[in-house]
Amino acid sequence: MTDQTVRSPQTVTRTPRTRAEGEEAYLEVSDLHVQFPTADGKVHAVQGLSYSLPLRRTLAIVGESGSGKSVSSMAILGLHDRKSTWISGSIKVGGKEVVGMSEKSLMSYRGADAAMIFQDPQSSLHPFFTIGDQIMESYRAHHNVSKRAAKARAVDMLGRVGIPNPSRRVDQYPHEFSGGMRQRAMIAMALVNDPKLLIADEPTTALDVTVQAQILDLISDLQRDFGSAVVFITHDLGVVAEIADDILVMYGGNAVEHGPVEKILGTPLHPYTWGLLESIPAVSGTPGPLHPIPGSPPSLLAMPTGCAFHPRCEFKDRVGGDLCRTLKPELISRTADQGRTSRCHLKEPDKVFETEVLPRLP
Amino acid sequence: MLFYILRRVLSAISVVIVTVVASFMLFFVAPTDPAGVICGPKCTPDRLADISRSLNLDQPAVEQIGLYFKGIVAGRDYSAGGVTRHCAAPCLGYSYILGVPVTDLLVKAVPVTLSIVFGGATIYLLFGVLIGTISARVRGTTLDKVSVGTSLVIGSIPYFIVALVIALYATFLPKSQYTSFFENPVQWASGMLAAWLCLGLTNSASYTRYSRASMIEALGQDFTRTARSKGISERRVVYRHGLRAAMTPVITIFGVDVAYQLVNTIFTERIFQLPGLGTRIINAFNQYDLPVLMGGVIVGATVLVVMNLVVDILYTVLDPRVRLG
Repeated sequence: MTDQTVRSPQTVTRTPRTRAEGEEAYLEVSDLHVQFPTADGKVHAVQGLSYSLPLRRTLAIVGESGSGKSVSSMAILGLHDRKSTWISGSIKVGGKEVVGMSEKSLMSYRGADAAMIFQDPQSSLHPFFTIGDQIMESYRAHHNVSKRAAKARAVDMLGRVGIPNPSRRVDQYPHEFSGGMRQRAMIAMALVNDPKLLIADEPTTALDVTVQAQILDLISDLQRDFGSAVVFITHDLGVVAEIADDILVMYGGNAVEHGPVEKILGTPLHPYTWGLLESIPAVSGTPGPLHPIPGSPPSLLAMPTGCAFHPRCEFKDRVGGDLCRTLKPELISRTADQGRTSRCHLKEPDKVFETEVLPRLP
Repeated sequence: MLFYILRRVLSAISVVIVTVVASFMLFFVAPTDPAGVICGPKCTPDRLADISRSLNLDQPAVEQIGLYFKGIVAGRDYSAGGVTRHCAAPCLGYSYILGVPVTDLLVKAVPVTLSIVFGGATIYLLFGVLIGTISARVRGTTLDKVSVGTSLVIGSIPYFIVALVIALYATFLPKSQYTSFFENPVQWASGMLAAWLCLGLTNSASYTRYSRASMIEALGQDFTRTARSKGISERRVVYRHGLRAAMTPVITIFGVDVAYQLVNTIFTERIFQLPGLGTRIINAFNQYDLPVLMGGVIVGATVLVVMNLVVDILYTVLDPRVRLG
């Protein structure tokens, strides 16, 4: 149990705040590192991630598979196996330090302060217990109430997430629910203890498109009602535009761009974000070939030197002194706008985007 | 659900009937000469004919099968040498060698075998699942390696060697003997102990491995992560969520396995000198005692079919996804 080394929280380079001052961060991640020792070496899945999020706001974390989105979010709930994971840095949720938290404190923290909605409701719900059973278990883990009261609460929650006839549905098993209904039940389960932080890990990926929109609406509505902070992990920029206040773009275990959604989607400043936008297929207009980002995400065992994105970046030769290959850029403000940051050496990225990238976008 | 069970019972019965007919064909219609066997070396043709008649061997095969089933359902009469004996239902005929009704022989032998197998099975299921689960929880540690290694070693030793070792060296165990449970439960258990240990020890090895693999799979499932994210204790995550999912395949294997054990306890019975079904069948086999063999076949087939049925019904209880109607 002592394999995990916990470094004391380090000096935090806080990302500049983009919102009205006075809102205190409920979730604060500083210099988070997550590593998995394997036979081939240490997989450095998250490499110094920092961000903060106040209540009533939604942060979308975007990136390809293997960029560290899910790994960093699982760390927020302390879900990584202690024996096989090495975590350092700091994650503060409502003032509580989660990194290095004892198993006992984690028990009372998980589900109550922060809860998670997982990607595939089919496999994330236990197939052998009724929906009601599973929701009641969550509720009774944090509330000392009778089964009857817990069940009433479960029925109430199912009603709130828009499941028709909840008092009958509560006794059904997950396989008797449709995909969308199952995800609603998952949401009900996550929110049953009124957590102030909700982490949604690609909650709509396994659902079909019409159901996706309903689930997104539901999460937004519930966020308003419950006043919670939401971390929304996705690789779908369409979803981001719909639900998020802020975006954090992750690449190779680190944030490469962070800021308010309208700014980042309006004038993205990082070539990786440009690549993501370009690879969205156009639904209307003339159909053309897709423009995927060339290459694949870096191996977390052996990161490229300099900027992690440089092997796939078409702009790397624009930067003088071969900086992209030698020096890892900082996540700092790159334009006059102090409310957003990016991690790229390119000079005047906003102009590059407008003149070269924007015309190519579908 | 009731309809499902009814349908399964009917199909089970038909499987047993088909097995009986097939075995009957093999044993009685094949070019063998049961009457000659009974009659012995100094046989007169008259005596042979008399025996054939009394066993209905002179009649067509279909007739014989009909009579056999009639005996099972309603009982039948045997007449030999002018004497008529009534064999009450369920009649499986008379042993050629021992001259007693097969039913009586089986009624004596089956409880012995049932006692051995169910006692042993309880031991290996409990131990196997317990050790397998603990092993899965501490996967990769020394404890896990020791338990996997031990189960591998025990699993590789032939069963009868283990039985012999117990019979020869574990002399501190009470003497093996069969006493009816209803007569004296304590004596029943102590007399069975050595056999139980033997069966339990050898089979717990494979159950340790099944349970461990199944548990590791269950603990890696998404629903286990969900359970952890709820803020319940790790113990609850493992034993309520993990074990529940992990046990379903183990129970399935167990049901069918127990059925096979019932038919294959011959080693245990022989070594511990318990007069069970296996001993009875092997004796009958050596002595060409066809009615007893037929009886053994019927009991074996019935046990297999019933255990399968039990597993299927249990499965619908364990896994709501296969619940019907």
